[in-house]
Amino acid sequence: MDYCDLLTELTQQHGISICKAEEMHPDEVYIRVESRDLRAAAAFMNKRLRAPVSMLFAQDRRLRNEGFAVYCVFLSSQMKKWLFLCASISAGDPRFDSLSDVVYSAALFEREIREMFGIESVNSTDIRRIRLHEEVWPQGRFPLRKDFKAEGGAVPSQVHYGFTRVEGEGVFEVPVGPVHAGVIGPGHFRFSSAGEPIINLEIRLGFTHRGVEKLFEGRHHDAAALAECVAGDSAVSHAVSFCHALEKIYKVPVPVRGRYIRAICLELERLYNHANDIGGIAVDVGFTFPSAFCAIIKETVQSLNRELFNHRFLKGVVCCGGVTGDLDDERMRLLNSTLKAVRRDLGELKEMLFSSVSFIDRVDTTGILRRKTAEDLGVTGVAARASGLHVDLRKDFNDIYEIARFRIAQESSGDVLARLRVRISEFEESMRLIDEFAHNMPSGPVRAEGFSPQAGCALGYTEGWRGPVLYWIETDPSGAIDRCKIVDPSFLNWQGLAYCVLGEIIPDFPVCNKSFDLSYSGSDL
Amino acid sequence: MITILKNRMLKGVLTKKIAWAEPRVYETAGAELKALIAKKFGRSLNIREVDAGSCAACESEIIACSNPVYDIQRFGINFVASPRHADCLLVTGPVSKNMVLALKSTYDAMPGPKFVITLGDCAFDGGPFKGSYYIEHGAGSIVPVSLHIPGCPPDPETIVHSLLNFLKI
Repeated sequence: MDYCDLLTELTQQHGISICKAEEMHPDEVYIRVESRDLRAAAAFMNKRLRAPVSMLFAQDRRLRNEGFAVYCVFLSSQMKKWLFLCASISAGDPRFDSLSDVVYSAALFEREIREMFGIESVNSTDIRRIRLHEEVWPQGRFPLRKDFKAEGGAVPSQVHYGFTRVEGEGVFEVPVGPVHAGVIGPGHFRFSSAGEPIINLEIRLGFTHRGVEKLFEGRHHDAAALAECVAGDSAVSHAVSFCHALEKIYKVPVPVRGRYIRAICLELERLYNHANDIGGIAVDVGFTFPSAFCAIIKETVQSLNRELFNHRFLKGVVCCGGVTGDLDDERMRLLNSTLKAVRRDLGELKEMLFSSVSFIDRVDTTGILRRKTAEDLGVTGVAARASGLHVDLRKDFNDIYEIARFRIAQESSGDVLARLRVRISEFEESMRLIDEFAHNMPSGPVRAEGFSPQAGCALGYTEGWRGPVLYWIETDPSGAIDRCKIVDPSFLNWQGLAYCVLGEIIPDFPVCNKSFDLSYSGSDL
Repeated sequence: MITILKNRMLKGVLTKKIAWAEPRVYETAGAELKALIAKKFGRSLNIREVDAGSCAACESEIIACSNPVYDIQRFGINFVASPRHADCLLVTGPVSKNMVLALKSTYDAMPGPKFVITLGDCAFDGGPFKGSYYIEHGAGSIVPVSLHIPGCPPDPETIVHSLLNFLKI
């Protein structure tokens, strides 16, 4: 299937007129439609490509007298292309028809657009703010508009955040957070429960909102350091996606060796985080020894990171045009020998976990996220693969991974055990991939020298350890960033967590939560 | 069970095997820290951590302090679940506007005498997020701060050495 066929179908069978369609980059197609057709076009793409909304975001183009623009992005893994539906919205009456009743995965994005730009999505069912909490932020101030001023207007809005209430005899509410008992991020969870089972879980986030997207505006390629701080445990994934977008705009060819070193870093990041999560799942059902064992594996990989690249979280490695450091023979030997030890430890860990009947009893059939639910919500990454969805950007795009014969992890039961199995199998695959990369890596430069900043827009993407990390960037003629939209996999996956705990007991919430292990800061931006 | 016992014996005590640094430096600092905590706090220093908008890297390093390799607990430092049990408040993150109230309430819930430590560059003055519309100017503008541990994020060894130098005063 070619995207032209798709467009023909869209115009002829659905009567939607396409203003313009252009292939801005080999993997990006921009399809301009009228704003009144956006809803129907998105519904068509969603059905036809069997893909949820990957991104839906707005942009303030009023300084260029073009009003606002809304972009709705779908991934076609068959065509290996990102399809952008773009619509202009008038500055005088900023609104578009809500997509969420036909494409549910758009719902959260619509709330985001409403609070950040003041663009109304007509007929949407949920208009609560996500990040700018009513208690501290006034109404009518939209941070991502270009005429926004940081000062003034400190009077908070009088509107209260409306939690969904479950009423009836014997129903009680358990509010938790934002400050939790452990050393973890802030989020507010409100359980409604009758007896043991959870009837409803409301997750209110936004506590780590720092206004990151606004901070990117006006910055250049040096903002890679800021991208690394969006979600600290995904520093490499965010930096790679950010640089990928800029490299596409500035037309910088990243040397092959640089691409390999980035891939090795991405897999090292996956290793230490998956080790952490496997340990987290064990400790949340009270199985402490394997958890301590995982902490040792994590520590081993993080100290390896420091030996190789001088940073335990690999910050500062990725830069626009390639990477800042190379791996010499001595470091490669260290990488090899450390991974050998880690592989042995993982074998022992698997034996400990899977030979314990009481452990399996706790994780098997706990916290099931059904395939249909995952699809509708737009759940991505590890959680999607555990629910039977065949999605991984490493499969769709990267040639390096193709040479290394990348195998996607796949489970179908959607429970905690499935997510644990996906993590373990990805852990094994990552170690194999690093070996392959080390073997295939050619010698040569690791960084492209000199590039010319210019105007343009592009999507940068990579499969981080949680799932796809997406950066859409538009630059002005000086090459400075005009708009940067970030989607961390956690943003959509939090909803998956809220669904999978329904019917479970509150004491099983921590283990369900850990099996997703989502980022607060990545979601809150 | 047999695998657990086997691995328990094979791994042994890891705290003596910090391979990447001079292990004695960490151990000596720890012993000194332990003696100071015994003297000044009656054997244990209880810390309550609050994430006020960090990117979770600082949290990861604080958790790493308690892993089997660094095992900061043997020096008398505990991370506690409630501010009511804490001597010290450890703040990370640039303090998002949404966390101001929660941070204040946590501080107020602690019994005196109490003190505050900020950890990570963001908590000092906003770090990479400086100038954002949604952050305060570091934790110092909300609660009185006695010690700052710099880094992005500071590693476990830095955390231990900073605590030691602070308590020596």
